[in-house]
Amino acid sequence: MVTTHTLSDPTFMTADQVLQALHDVHDPEIPALSIVDLGMIGELIIQGENITVKLIPTFIACPALDWIRHQVKERLKQMGFRKVEVVHDDQTVWTSDRISEEGRRKLQAFGLTPPARNCGRWTEASLAAVTCPHCGSSNTVLRSFFGSTLCRSTHYCNQCRQVFESFKPV
Amino acid sequence: MNPIVELITKLGDDAFILGHRHSEWTGLGPILEEDIAMSSMAQDKIGHALALYTILHEQFGGPDPDTIGFLRNEKEFRCCHLVEYPNGEYDFTLVRHFLFDHAELLRYQLLRQSTFAPLARFAAKVMGELKYHVLHADSLMQRLALGNEESHARLQASLTEAFPLAAGIFEKSPYEDQLIAEGVFAGEALLQQQWLKEIEQRVQAWDLHLPEAREPLAGLGGRYGYHTPYLQPLLDELTSVFRSEENASW
Ligand SMILES: [Zn+2]
Repeated sequence: MVTTHTLSDPTFMTADQVLQALHDVHDPEIPALSIVDLGMIGELIIQGENITVKLIPTFIACPALDWIRHQVKERLKQMGFRKVEVVHDDQTVWTSDRISEEGRRKLQAFGLTPPARNCGRWTEASLAAVTCPHCGSSNTVLRSFFGSTLCRSTHYCNQCRQVFESFKPV
Repeated sequence: MNPIVELITKLGDDAFILGHRHSEWTGLGPILEEDIAMSSMAQDKIGHALALYTILHEQFGGPDPDTIGFLRNEKEFRCCHLVEYPNGEYDFTLVRHFLFDHAELLRYQLLRQSTFAPLARFAAKVMGELKYHVLHADSLMQRLALGNEESHARLQASLTEAFPLAAGIFEKSPYEDQLIAEGVFAGEALLQQQWLKEIEQRVQAWDLHLPEAREPLAGLGGRYGYHTPYLQPLLDELTSVFRSEENASW
């Protein structure tokens, strides 16, 4: 879902190589996922040894955005880019549907239930029976619409009797 | 003032002030889950305010967002009285949150169609988050209203107190007609009508009732810079924290 433009030849670095490198950058609140898995990269514009990255912020109050922007810059400079611009992609609204399949698997392995794909049409009912990441049961109840970070809700599994968190659909 | 600036200022100020009121529950919530919920919503709302102040900064050459939030004087704020009131007991906080966030979600639903593109984009984004605020308010209201006699009576008392103040959410801006004509915002009157429908429907289902309107001016003035005595002390507190660490990032 990343739009890429390579504007001059010969290409110093391909978009795939850049995305690969950006897998090293994480949101500290969800260390299991890279910003690529989260779908935070809106657009890459590669122009010889210069690059512009458009970042899509997740939650509006995400405290890590400046830190992420800085990490992206550092990582791309490390790759040898001369001029690196990291800008806010204000044309695209981030939704949890942007999380990749790989990202969903990583969330699950991290113990956080991935959000259902819903294109923004989720309802209260879809939060009421979220699958438990520990035992796979869907005999669960919603405990709170909120959790330990902005992106999480809190649930209880009746099967394995554990509290767990889920990445909430937005 | 530019009509769009005045609109965005009031939206930002409501979120900013209510966000800080919510944050006062951190560490004091009646149960841990409520503590976390109030703190999360506080963080969301202050984030929404800063995003709106950023639009003022970037599109209209206003000061930087921190300066707008922390260094204006009381008269320059455009928040409504409802958000200024102290938290009181948990039931008042909850009823206020219920009344305010239903209006907030409907407001951004209307603003998605705004001809002012930065606001329409912000509206599309903020709705996903506000939906959780509304669901939280509804589920707690329902639980307490249908709980026991005491919890029902306390909610009713807070509703009787807060409902007249909520009229201030919809106090018309001096540029109301222009905003509507230019398609920036569909207007406070339409919003209030939609809101009342949502509120009435829920309140009835929970066997609560809305008080009769008695004081026609209750809750009004905030949009013109006339505030309750509760706002200035809150601003003093925010400003002193901000000045003590002026270069810290928020
Ligand atoms: Zn389980």
